[in-house]
Amino acid sequence: MKLITAIIQPDRLDEVRESLSAAGVTGLTASVVKGHGAGAARTEYYRGEAHAVELRDKVRIEIIVAADLEDAVVAAIVAGARTGQIGDGKVWVTDIARVVRVRTGEEGAQAL
Amino acid sequence: MPPADLAWMLAAFALVLLMFPGLALFYGGMMKGRNALNMFMMVMGSMAVTAVVYVGFGHGLVLGDSVGGLGLIGNPLEYAGWTAFTADDGSDSAYWGAFYTLFAAISIGIVASGGAGRMRFGAWLVFSALWIVLVYAPLAHWVFAFSDEESGVVGGWMRNVLGLHDYAGGTAVHMNAGASALALAAVLGPRRTPHGRPHNISLVLLGAGMLFVGWIGFNGGTAAGANFLAGYVVFTTLLAALGGGLGFALVEHFRDGQATMLGFASGLIAGLVGITPTADAVTPLASLPLGLVCGAVVAWAITWLRRRRVDDALDAFAVHGIGGIVGTYLAVLFASSAAPAGLTGLVFGGDPLLALTETIAIAVTLVYSFGVTYAIAWVMDKVRPIRVSAKQEAVGLDRALHAETAYDFDRI
Repeated sequence: MKLITAIIQPDRLDEVRESLSAAGVTGLTASVVKGHGAGAARTEYYRGEAHAVELRDKVRIEIIVAADLEDAVVAAIVAGARTGQIGDGKVWVTDIARVVRVRTGEEGAQAL
Repeated sequence: MPPADLAWMLAAFALVLLMFPGLALFYGGMMKGRNALNMFMMVMGSMAVTAVVYVGFGHGLVLGDSVGGLGLIGNPLEYAGWTAFTADDGSDSAYWGAFYTLFAAISIGIVASGGAGRMRFGAWLVFSALWIVLVYAPLAHWVFAFSDEESGVVGGWMRNVLGLHDYAGGTAVHMNAGASALALAAVLGPRRTPHGRPHNISLVLLGAGMLFVGWIGFNGGTAAGANFLAGYVVFTTLLAALGGGLGFALVEHFRDGQATMLGFASGLIAGLVGITPTADAVTPLASLPLGLVCGAVVAWAITWLRRRRVDDALDAFAVHGIGGIVGTYLAVLFASSAAPAGLTGLVFGGDPLLALTETIAIAVTLVYSFGVTYAIAWVMDKVRPIRVSAKQEAVGLDRALHAETAYDFDRI
């Protein structure tokens, strides 16, 4: 089993969900986060005073899938999230040792 | 007053009442999210304190017969306890008591800018009471109390001896509040933590819109009835506000590269401030550029003042002080004899004495407001520090002083 985590642009969430559905993924968790990569800070002006905004709004997606789906899910996320701009985000995959479905107590592949 | 007049005046009263949540949102939205409720509380709290002072003796200090006929301060006993207001004696004194309470309350509300994000709430309430009595009441008496030869009532010296033209309180309300905010900020010292971005520009716009609506009642109600003057000043007020928004946005466009919503809203208020003393003295055509210049100068003044050490957090001195001064001098130059006030500006061959009169009034207002406000805050601070602790400031005033938070989550 794999945990696939992605940080994406907030306004790409709908596209990513569509491409994930097409790839057969049924569930995901999304959260609103802030962060920055190598890109320069954005400057905003308030009553003429410049403020450097370093942390940008991002969305983090987490999906747990069977190992054989890894490549398809990563490809779906990348396809949905890419705009070609700096700040499009990253996707990474981690091995996970154990998964339990809370409602039934099922474990492993049954819990996915 | 005739029923039609009273109907408009009651409507104007209700409109002015909108300025309080308006000012609270306008200011609160510019604060950090963890100091927003404290700002609402400062504006509404000082409003309540004003009512207490007014019921006691405040209204007499402002509109009462001048003590000793000197034109310096009204008789505090004249309306004490407002006991005379139960009788319908045809003077509508109960209405005017209520209307003028709001004028005083909005003035102290503007001063909250100078104490934003770092003043103890109790100290602010005590300061508000002292400020209304020692700073606002004398100035408002000088400007708002008209002498009446028939009844022998003596009003304030600025209005009746000096011959100041100030339609709805450019001096007593706006320049006064602006200079006082600066003095309070000077005593308190700057905020310790970086003040960061305004936490909610949408609230700022909502507040500015409510202030805009309220201003129609403020200037329109000063016409004292449902008459031509009321309709006239409502129009010039509208045009100056919109000119102000454009003026601020233009400066931002050419200086910073883009116009901002916060800038437009700030310019709107600057235009409204500029037209307050002058709404009856300029033509509608002149009121638009008057607002535009006020907005543009205030845009520049905010940036200039922020490089100074005094942390007037929400720029009340720039917006209300400088905005009021610019509006007044523009009217000195461009007042039209065709407008209801019948003043002739210097550009159209008017009497240069007008410039001298307004200059004396402005200078006295700024010096008196700044000096006495500084003294009140300084003495209060010696008795007991009026500033919150560094720890309270770091936690945020909403949690530290009021044990509540505006939002479930705050900006990182």
